[in-house]
Amino acid sequence: MCLAIPLKIRSIDGKTAVGEAAGLTQKVRVDFLPDLQIGDYVMVHAGFAIQKMTEEQAKFDLSCIEEAIHAV
Amino acid sequence: MDEIITLDYGSGGLRTAQLIEEILVPAFRNPALEVLGDGAVLPKPESALVFSTDSFVVTPWKFPGGDIGKLAVCGTVNDVCMAGGKPLYLSLSCILEEGFCMEDFREIVASIARTAKAVGVQVVTGDTKVVERGHGDGIYLNTAGIGVLRAPGLSKDAIRPGDAVLVSGSVGCHGAAVLFARGEIPFAGSLSSDCQPLQELSAAALDAGGVRVLRDPTRGGVATTLSEFVEHSALSIELDETAIPVDPQVEAACALLGLDPLYSACEGRMLAVTAPETAEAVLQAMRRTPGGEGAVCIGRVTQSHPGHVVLRTAAGGSRLLGKLSGAQLPRIC
Amino acid sequence: MPFEEPFQHPEGIEKLLAHIAALSERTGPMRLMEVCGTHTMAIAKAGLKSLLPKTVRLLSGPGCPVCVTPSGDLDAVFALSERPHVLLASYGDLLRVPGSKRGTSLLRQRALGAKVAVVYSPMDALALAQKTPQCEVVFLGVGFETTAPGTAACILEAAEKKVPNFSVLCLLKRTEPALRALIASPDFAVDGFLCPGHVAAILGAEAFRFLPEEYGLPAVVSGFTPGDLVYSISLLVEQCAEKRPALSNTYTRVVRDAGNPAAKAMMDAVLTPCTSTWRGLGEIAGGGFAIREAYAAYDAAKKFGFSPAPAADPPGCRCSHVIRGAAAPEDCPLFGKACTPADPVGPCMVSSEGACAAAWRYRAG
Repeated sequence: MCLAIPLKIRSIDGKTAVGEAAGLTQKVRVDFLPDLQIGDYVMVHAGFAIQKMTEEQAKFDLSCIEEAIHAV
Repeated sequence: MDEIITLDYGSGGLRTAQLIEEILVPAFRNPALEVLGDGAVLPKPESALVFSTDSFVVTPWKFPGGDIGKLAVCGTVNDVCMAGGKPLYLSLSCILEEGFCMEDFREIVASIARTAKAVGVQVVTGDTKVVERGHGDGIYLNTAGIGVLRAPGLSKDAIRPGDAVLVSGSVGCHGAAVLFARGEIPFAGSLSSDCQPLQELSAAALDAGGVRVLRDPTRGGVATTLSEFVEHSALSIELDETAIPVDPQVEAACALLGLDPLYSACEGRMLAVTAPETAEAVLQAMRRTPGGEGAVCIGRVTQSHPGHVVLRTAAGGSRLLGKLSGAQLPRIC
Repeated sequence: MPFEEPFQHPEGIEKLLAHIAALSERTGPMRLMEVCGTHTMAIAKAGLKSLLPKTVRLLSGPGCPVCVTPSGDLDAVFALSERPHVLLASYGDLLRVPGSKRGTSLLRQRALGAKVAVVYSPMDALALAQKTPQCEVVFLGVGFETTAPGTAACILEAAEKKVPNFSVLCLLKRTEPALRALIASPDFAVDGFLCPGHVAAILGAEAFRFLPEEYGLPAVVSGFTPGDLVYSISLLVEQCAEKRPALSNTYTRVVRDAGNPAAKAMMDAVLTPCTSTWRGLGEIAGGGFAIREAYAAYDAAKKFGFSPAPAADPPGCRCSHVIRGAAAPEDCPLFGKACTPADPVGPCMVSSEGACAAAWRYRAG
């Protein structure tokens, strides 16, 4: 129901930011992420950044999968 | 000459003549054209003919990597090449909308002339019509191409189990680039169309031998073209998802818009099905030819799923690829 | 991309698949439902069904916003498109969906002269309204809670900028009441839920805790890569096997326990829960969002008197069963015969993320 992709924030101008993936840039609304910084990664759906992503959490998710694999 | 196209330029009178004599003939100059007869008289060919036609309505008329003029030459030339022909002559019909900028028209004609020269084809006959404002989208082109047959027998019916499926480079660039150039989607990037003539690439592949069929995967993309190869046959094509080259920007653009690169159009890529024993030679020949540096083998012909194209996914699963069922629309779901 | 690439094919993921097979063989067949159309697409695209044992059946739930929009709503949208000066701005997803009459669609309306624009974001629709003051731009606001905050933000901005020729037809749906209705339906037979990662990004993982706590149903909030999905499915299978229903979140890189408070606040400021009809599930109290009275000027339903009539699904079409997981696409007598993506009868075949379209397009090889 909700296609979204991760973009890296390149610049911020009020409620609008520019996000980037593979050299592609997109204007993104960042109304819902008040403390956003340049360089942050965000998940974008229909032109709106819906959540910030951190590498630590990504590593955590991956470590859970790896643990599960090792456990079997 | 006026700075815009008016109805008079399609009247068949003085202004039409002006268009022909000041823009078209100087750009394409060749004996068959310069007679300005109702049709071109061409020398007797040395072999059977290949004849193809295509119309071009791309919006916008200019996009990164090409324009409607270049596309109009490549589109038809490539069709002649894929049918095993060596393209020689083109016709050119222009349908212009009242108000179209004369300078843009000159630029398009120059692009046609440049591309035709690079390919070695002559524009030998043509026509120009002007439609009222609001009845066209600036400019439409039609080209028809005649070539001599250099490789008889190319056909999907020649495909055999075990054959290799080759592609000349990364897929889906043109479709994604045009979508971007249209400015309807809020993304920017350096995506460039893959629009290019395939006469050298097809000749190189054919010279290497063992080619069963050639096709340029334009509308509908690689998935649709390959589906057409095997539909209603006892054969299937098994593709390896990890082997299919996709430009990272095309990949990202498709992810953003919910599109599938395998269904995105190419305008300068070639799919070749070849006998297994010559596949490597064809691949090497393609890689040595400009525009084919990125050629790779993406799959094999099998009998496992008659009539279907099967994709072995990167995740290790498999699924069938059908034909495109309608224009791809950007989606949020 | 550090957030997707490592999850595409984590090393040793085959072991997890073998684990799923071994577990499910021991416990007998189980039915898991993904309630997000993007999950449906991702599963199909990766060919995951071909990797799972026959004993683990994945069902697609009511997770495609255009599929759950009743055909009567679409009929009314088509009628709206015929009004003079109205320009409908829609996500591409909605363009091919038929109304109650076969062959009708927004694409067809456009071919017949209606003004229909495809937009990627509600903000594009608002910009379109500012660019074309001579038109009444109506944004077709479909979607779930992932899409609702952006739609709300757009209405707020329209009000701030006082754009008089812009309004939103609010067809937004709420996930939780629909899941409850689904569970309460007599033919409900699902053993666990793969919960929608991006809805949870807004609402929070906790929004799905009611599934294990109130209904004893395993629930895993999942991402969309093959690695995420296989791992999440393995957790669901484990929970089913051990009869230990719980809420798990395998998508912590996007989903916080409480979601996105700012997005929820904006959603609540502009939208309010309302009774809404879901195709396949019927009328659901709190099943949709309506625009609050304070923003009535931007509510297309009020501006144009939108009053859809109830309409029956096309004869033979089993979309409403498919949406509930009560029938698989292949169980429908029309599937692949009278109903294909090229000539669709029901919405599940039209929408690219519809269960039938995904089942047809990505038939297991």
